[in-house]
Amino acid sequence: MKRKATQIRIITLEMIGHLGVGHIGGSLSIAEVLAVLYYKVMRIDPKNPKWDERDRFVLSKGHAGPALYSVLADLGYFPYDWIYTLNKPNTNLPSHCDRLKTPGVDMTAGSLGQGLSAAVGMALGAKIRKMDIRVFALIGDGESQEGQIWEAAMFASHNKLNNLIAFTDYNKMQIDGYIHEVNNLEPLADKWRAFNWHVVEVDGHNVEQIYNAIREGMAQQEKPTMIILHTIKGKGAFFAEGKVASHNMPIKEEELRIAVETLKKEMEQFKGADTK
Amino acid sequence: MSNKNIEARKLPLPTQDEREIRDVYGELLLSLAEEDERIVVLNADLARSDSTLKFKERFPDRFIDVGVAEANMMGIAAGLANMGLIPIAHSFTPFATRRAYDQITISIAYAGLPVKIVGTDPGVTAELNGGTHMSFEDAGIMRNLPNMVIVEPADTHQLRSLFKQIIYHNRPVYTRLYRRRKDRFFNGNENFEIGKIFTMKDGKDITIIASGLMVGQSIIATNMLEDEGISVRLLNMHTLKPVDEETIVKAAKETGRIVVAENHSILNGWGSAVCEVVTEYYPVPVARIGVRDHFGEVGLTDFLLEKYKMTAKDIYTAAKKLLNI
Repeated sequence: MKRKATQIRIITLEMIGHLGVGHIGGSLSIAEVLAVLYYKVMRIDPKNPKWDERDRFVLSKGHAGPALYSVLADLGYFPYDWIYTLNKPNTNLPSHCDRLKTPGVDMTAGSLGQGLSAAVGMALGAKIRKMDIRVFALIGDGESQEGQIWEAAMFASHNKLNNLIAFTDYNKMQIDGYIHEVNNLEPLADKWRAFNWHVVEVDGHNVEQIYNAIREGMAQQEKPTMIILHTIKGKGAFFAEGKVASHNMPIKEEELRIAVETLKKEMEQFKGADTK
Repeated sequence: MSNKNIEARKLPLPTQDEREIRDVYGELLLSLAEEDERIVVLNADLARSDSTLKFKERFPDRFIDVGVAEANMMGIAAGLANMGLIPIAHSFTPFATRRAYDQITISIAYAGLPVKIVGTDPGVTAELNGGTHMSFEDAGIMRNLPNMVIVEPADTHQLRSLFKQIIYHNRPVYTRLYRRRKDRFFNGNENFEIGKIFTMKDGKDITIIASGLMVGQSIIATNMLEDEGISVRLLNMHTLKPVDEETIVKAAKETGRIVVAENHSILNGWGSAVCEVVTEYYPVPVARIGVRDHFGEVGLTDFLLEKYKMTAKDIYTAAKKLLNI
């Protein structure tokens, strides 16, 4: 999974690098959670993206689409060379996730705060249909400033949606600066606990911790689970890592080359030790 | 055509049903849910007023009250539709539309999820709830959304005829539902079709196009004009979108002038839609009867119709003006 996370970063950088500009920061910060979900946890069939019994994933922070597209491309949901069409005319890989355009994308998102409500509806729908599936949702920290997130949070716990596991990509930054300077979320874990969710905080770049937290969430009988991923925006690309400006930034060819080379070396290290 | 009134000089005047539209709506919903387990009802703390409470008793697992949280309701409805269910989300017209407009836009219309939205007490029929609850822009803002279908059943007969078409439409549908009205405009033998204007009466001198509540005022106005020997074509445009361009253009060609009567703002509603069609394909004079760019206020329906110049008399006067008589 570590290796897969690095591979997701490489594909994401190549995808955005090919275009020259994009949402690098918030895409690179979620590589580990996507790796754990798509290569270890979720019941999916890339050959049958609309398989009714699959687990669902909603990328509520829809601007991180490139990271998700990297996973879907690697898993063969669509031809790999689609990654070079990101945001190009007539592309199937738009800036923000679109369920009508991209095989494997379970929900459209991009107007922040909305994906979690849809995920709640999907989890509820699964219960109404008595389906034994899970719904995973990933929201942003900046996105958590939207009131709708908390409407969805209240409803999910009231309805005991234990088949819903959500993540917050807590990279502590938003477009206009640091979260704590713009509109502080703290105490974030306490907020989710107060909304009656099961809450786990993990290092968002540690695949074992993420996996264990998901297992813990899966064991919940009464509550939905929020896994707060402490992450670093732009993780893995020297020119973006930890920088507020990485939300949506241009990539120079030289930066791309060096970053990808570095990541490829990193992948070599993981070889053998952790192939899945 | 099944309508035997169509060639008559005058139409039977509107009468009153024994039951409110909401009761019939509640029944239709319940009976369809008996045969189709995909139907899920959502409400935002107004189930008591829109008569979906019986649904809650019968199908507690398929009844979802989100509380006072319309934005979340629309998102949840989108999620339910995404799971292959048929969600029907209810609130008063302003809260079913403008309150959750971006959620409807992105999570429903843009995402291509065929959620059914029902807004109750359209326009002046919000009555004593007053200006905050009285939306004259709801159909207009919904009309701007690609994929959205907008239907306004005028009485229980029309609702019965359109109900399954609404529920099983493959696109999202916004329905303006007259909750407490008991009007009867139709005889129950008509077949209404989403997207197709219904001809209530043929005529050659002028066309009146009406929707919802204004069908009643338009029937009276039609008879007033016919009494003076003016041949009136009366059309019921129960579907605001998609617009039945063909029937509107035909009316423009054959009668040369059109009055549109709507229980909505004349901006971006039925009058606007008709103007767009005739301007583009066959320009003729059009008069618009409706709310003239102002907010609503507390008042009973008849009082507000009078105050806002939306009565049969106003339609009659507008028609005479167009006819230069």
